[in-house]
Amino acid sequence: MAQSVGKQQPKPHLREEWVGRVYTFLCILFLLLTIFSMVYFVASKGLSTFIINKVNLAGFLTGLKWSPDSEPPLFGALPFLIGSFSTSILAAVIAAPLGFCAAVFMTQIMPKFGRKIMQPVIELLAGIPSVVYGFVGLSVIVPLFRDIFPGQGIGIAAGAVVLSIMILPTITTIATDALASLPAGLKEGSYALGATRWQTIYRIVLPTTMPALLTGIVLGIARAFGEALAVQMVIGNSPHIPRSLFESTSTLTSAITLSMGNTVMGSIQNNALWSLALLLMIMTFVFVFIVRMLERRSKL
Amino acid sequence: MQALIDIDQLDLYYGDFQALKKVSLDIPEKAITAFIGPSGCGKSTLLRTLNRMNDMIPGTRIEGSIKVSGKDIYSSDVDVETLRKKVGMVFQQPNPFPKSIYDNVAYGPRLHGIADKQRLDEIVESSLRAAVLWDEVKDHLKRSALGISGGQQQRLCIARALAVEPDVLLMDESTSALDPISTLKIEELAQELKKRYTIVMVTHNMHQAARVSNQTVFFLNGEVIEYAETEKLFSNPVDSRTEDYISGRFG
Ligand SMILES: Nc1ncnc2c1ncn2[C@@H]1O[C@H](COP(=O)(O)OP(=O)(O)OP(=O)(O)O)[C@@H](O)[C@H]1O
Ligand SMILES: [Mg+2]
Repeated sequence: MAQSVGKQQPKPHLREEWVGRVYTFLCILFLLLTIFSMVYFVASKGLSTFIINKVNLAGFLTGLKWSPDSEPPLFGALPFLIGSFSTSILAAVIAAPLGFCAAVFMTQIMPKFGRKIMQPVIELLAGIPSVVYGFVGLSVIVPLFRDIFPGQGIGIAAGAVVLSIMILPTITTIATDALASLPAGLKEGSYALGATRWQTIYRIVLPTTMPALLTGIVLGIARAFGEALAVQMVIGNSPHIPRSLFESTSTLTSAITLSMGNTVMGSIQNNALWSLALLLMIMTFVFVFIVRMLERRSKL
Repeated sequence: MQALIDIDQLDLYYGDFQALKKVSLDIPEKAITAFIGPSGCGKSTLLRTLNRMNDMIPGTRIEGSIKVSGKDIYSSDVDVETLRKKVGMVFQQPNPFPKSIYDNVAYGPRLHGIADKQRLDEIVESSLRAAVLWDEVKDHLKRSALGISGGQQQRLCIARALAVEPDVLLMDESTSALDPISTLKIEELAQELKKRYTIVMVTHNMHQAARVSNQTVFFLNGEVIEYAETEKLFSNPVDSRTEDYISGRFG
């Protein structure tokens, strides 16, 4: 029916229609171009380490030693990979339960207080620049850990704690949205069968929203994985695999930010940093892919 | 017949708004009582006070008393969960949990501490049979409850409510989202269930009230206008407002 109406009507808004269409098309084109050039640039730079400079890929991924200025230069990125993964996953382990509990509290227990006060506070937390987090981590968490645990206080533990605070808003917000969008009928159905509030939360609310909660965690990990500055300030930045959580180590991002000013474009040292960037980008793609999969599952 | 539910001078306020005014009713056991009346007159509100589902709405306040089997359900020593186990509810929209058919029915019994597999199997089967759904789903109990039709979902919700062995079943427009055939099935089911359960149903469908209920209550603006045997109320209403309503002259 819509088609026949469209045919009969003259089109008085033809110009507007076209202006809008061309404009959106140009925007999309620009966006696609930017994304494509980014990926292409990072990939070509990152791959030239292996293609032009003939660094061994397996050695790059599994090598334990990163010393670009030694003779011959060594490019083992495993310490960075381990540093990145352990800090972000540990951060998620700390932040996820806190975020869930906050979300449950804000939606199920005190919805009014949650929406009016807690939500803005948490959004505020998301807006604080990462340098501030790093600074606080360096002045509070590192000394604290130094006093309590053996070592200098810097390391994976400090990094993970700082990151966990940074990703808390992501996890909490996504969990809150998921819990709030749960159909009211489900909870009522559970209460009507004589379930208590906690029984309803454990048996209905959490299982139903689980894919969304996991999405929040993965996005949190992705954010933690890509965060450079705050981590760099508290992790110590020595390119070794640490033997404890309180020993100086490094991550992919902090390795890049620390060394990028000291290398010459086109040199093997510079290309090796691009390879780290490529690794980061690939990991981000993996995270996005996981989120997509979870979202598809949550629709069933 | 003996009154199972005894409502006495009940007032209910949502904040400043009085939704129920001096409602007094005796609801007999093992019979179907229908609540009718125009939209917003307080039918759902009254129904939800019977299993205290209104407790969850902030700002509600009640005065007067409701006794179920002689016990005041709003007295402080009443356990709300135990009450809701005794007074089950089926909602307007079918609301199966996003779990398997089996787990939906077993949900209530599990809540109340039944873990034995064989026992659960028996409860699931008998509840689904009582809700006349068993033959349609017995071969795929493990499938998601979201994958069956709306009418089947509503019967599943009835089975789920029956699985905790309630005395009373509250049905709030439980057929209004269904097609005529599913509606008929649920009406027949209600006829069958009233042999064992006390049923209170809200309906906007005059014919449904006339067809299935034993007694009918007509509400207007939070007040009971008329309460009588269904046959009498529909054939020979005492109040002129009742007559206007059932003959479709307003509401
Ligand atoms: N949570 C609430 N807060 C405030 N007022 C409410 C609330 N729920 C219902 N009311 C009001 O109480 C009155 C009775 O509502 P109720 O839902 O019991 O009507 P009803 O007879 O079931 O109507 P319907 O036939 O449309 O379902 C209405 O005026 C309604 O606006
Ligand atoms: Mg209603």
